[in-house]
Amino acid sequence: MGRPQTIVEKIWDTHVIHQEENKPDLLYIDLHLVHEVTSPQAFEGLRMKNRKVRRPDRTFATMDHNVPTIARHFISDPVSRKQMETLYDNCQEFDIPLADINHPDQGIVHVIGPQLGLTQPGKTIVCGDSHTSTHGAFGALAFGIGTSEVEHVLAAQSIWQARPKTMNVKVNGRLSPSVTAKDLILAIIGKFGVRFGTGYVLEFTGEAIENLTMEERMTICNMSIEAGARAGLISPDDTTVEFLRGRRHAPEGAAFEEAAASWKALATDDGAAYDAVVSIDAEEVEPQVTWGINPGMCLPVSGTVPSPAQAETDAEREEIERALDYMGLEAGQAITSVPIQHVFIGSCTNSRLSDLERAAEVIRGQQVHEDVRALVVPGSQTVKQQAEEKGIDKIFTDAGFEWREAGCSMCLAMNDDVVPPGERCASTSNRNFEGRQGNGARTHLVAPEMAAAAAVEGRFTDVRKFQQTPV
Amino acid sequence: MEPIQQHEGLVYPINRSNIDTDQIIPKQFLKRIERQGFGQFLFYNWRFHDDGTPREDFSLNNPVYEAASILVAGENFGCGSSREHAPWALQDFGFRVIIAPSFADIFYNNCSKNGILPIALKQEEVEAIMTAAESSSYHLTADLEAQRVYDNQGFEASFDITSYMREMLLNGWDEISVTLTHEDKISQFEAARG
Repeated sequence: MGRPQTIVEKIWDTHVIHQEENKPDLLYIDLHLVHEVTSPQAFEGLRMKNRKVRRPDRTFATMDHNVPTIARHFISDPVSRKQMETLYDNCQEFDIPLADINHPDQGIVHVIGPQLGLTQPGKTIVCGDSHTSTHGAFGALAFGIGTSEVEHVLAAQSIWQARPKTMNVKVNGRLSPSVTAKDLILAIIGKFGVRFGTGYVLEFTGEAIENLTMEERMTICNMSIEAGARAGLISPDDTTVEFLRGRRHAPEGAAFEEAAASWKALATDDGAAYDAVVSIDAEEVEPQVTWGINPGMCLPVSGTVPSPAQAETDAEREEIERALDYMGLEAGQAITSVPIQHVFIGSCTNSRLSDLERAAEVIRGQQVHEDVRALVVPGSQTVKQQAEEKGIDKIFTDAGFEWREAGCSMCLAMNDDVVPPGERCASTSNRNFEGRQGNGARTHLVAPEMAAAAAVEGRFTDVRKFQQTPV
Repeated sequence: MEPIQQHEGLVYPINRSNIDTDQIIPKQFLKRIERQGFGQFLFYNWRFHDDGTPREDFSLNNPVYEAASILVAGENFGCGSSREHAPWALQDFGFRVIIAPSFADIFYNNCSKNGILPIALKQEEVEAIMTAAESSSYHLTADLEAQRVYDNQGFEASFDITSYMREMLLNGWDEISVTLTHEDKISQFEAARG
């Protein structure tokens, strides 16, 4: 037997096309996901050099960032419309499969890849989107790239990459009831900061991770990039295999069993060495709420907003002051005292069926607070349809939520779903950057359950208390 | 892309850490399908009021920085979204060199595809540059060949860069053309995997 290896080493070694001293490796790409915002300049680059798409069959496109979530067949913004038409034309010209706005498979690129079974263990997956790390949940090596690299992968189905360092993010013990994958990843970023993963591929391990469903694992890996890591992954196991069984692009019959065995063999070997290790105890994690302007600025829901006086460096003090000023918060304020005006349940982090189901359980029989506008945006048309078959849409709409069509929506507010200046949103998305949900908008990242509870109360509240003592 | 070997220019300091690409270029400008013309939108929400008039309290609006071509910033510059519109906006505005104690991985990589030299220096070196640039009109020279940064008052610092990225930037190579010289190996790889 050879030296024990991590899953990253195993995937890497089977994808290197070319190696040379003093150069990154030329790595083969199994799956290239494409959307309308980061691809037009790449296709134009191909045309200018008279190049072709090498493997349209390993490329898959959809429209998500820019799509309206109401009246979707009339896109009023001519610039948005032009961008979507451009993707349509490019996919026609280069023969790339496209789930366009009228297609039943349309949805957020990181929701539909797994849903269709395109995302599989051991694959190298890229997309011109930083949340491509989501696909790592399956034990794939998946990372975001820029538009120049999109063009490169279209032309050469490969990418120059230096072998990454690996970090084991070990989650010991079990999560408490009602504490979610979203709370865990926020707590990890809160504890270790928004840069601890830079230069690394994160592998999430430990009992709490093994116990997560695939949709929960996607939430974890999705936010690897908010820790600075281009990619985060989880070794495949029976949970992974069972999720993929029967999916449209997964192998069938005996071929599936064969694939399943090879997928499970990718798991990191006992005793494999990482370049770094960090650990966190799952039991210590409470429901989280971000208070500031990056995802590391988060608090347990029982906590209070930090003070600049707590800072250890001048830079940190200035960062806290700027965050308090932007967010309109006072040091020492209980986060549960903060009133909100908007709730957004959606995004590639938390818009899958189980996310909506769990939020619906909280909202069932309740009413959205009169000062709150609340939105549910399913991650894909399929998620929307499945939720409707289960009557989940009805639970939300009865409570006063708006039930929308699939897309990225208010996560980045490229379409009409915008939070007005100075207003506050409890959001299940991944980034609380300044202006992310609209210029001057104040974003607080939370789990779907916490967002649902905030919608009812009109302020943040501990969902556990809420679940035990219904109003 | 335009090669970069040695660059001398005025330094614009922005003393913040974790400047994300949403700040460098907000999403409302990502709908365009061109590569050019993004400089006008650089740091848009910091530079402009809602009505489009410039904010006097944002230093980049100071006319002295009109000619700036070297940006110095705090840690983790370019974190967040992978949008290459961020380096496009910086470059179109006139920046060719960015200096920070650390960069986000995707942004760093994107710079190198657009003829922008990202230079990671030690914290104290960045602070020295920041202080000098905040107090006067301050010029630096970045020499990629020699992997050093210096001024004419005795400051000097060296930086690391991979030899691959260095070659690409020095020569302004089109990476796809380089890769396609290995096309036979890509085909062999595909054939071997079936």
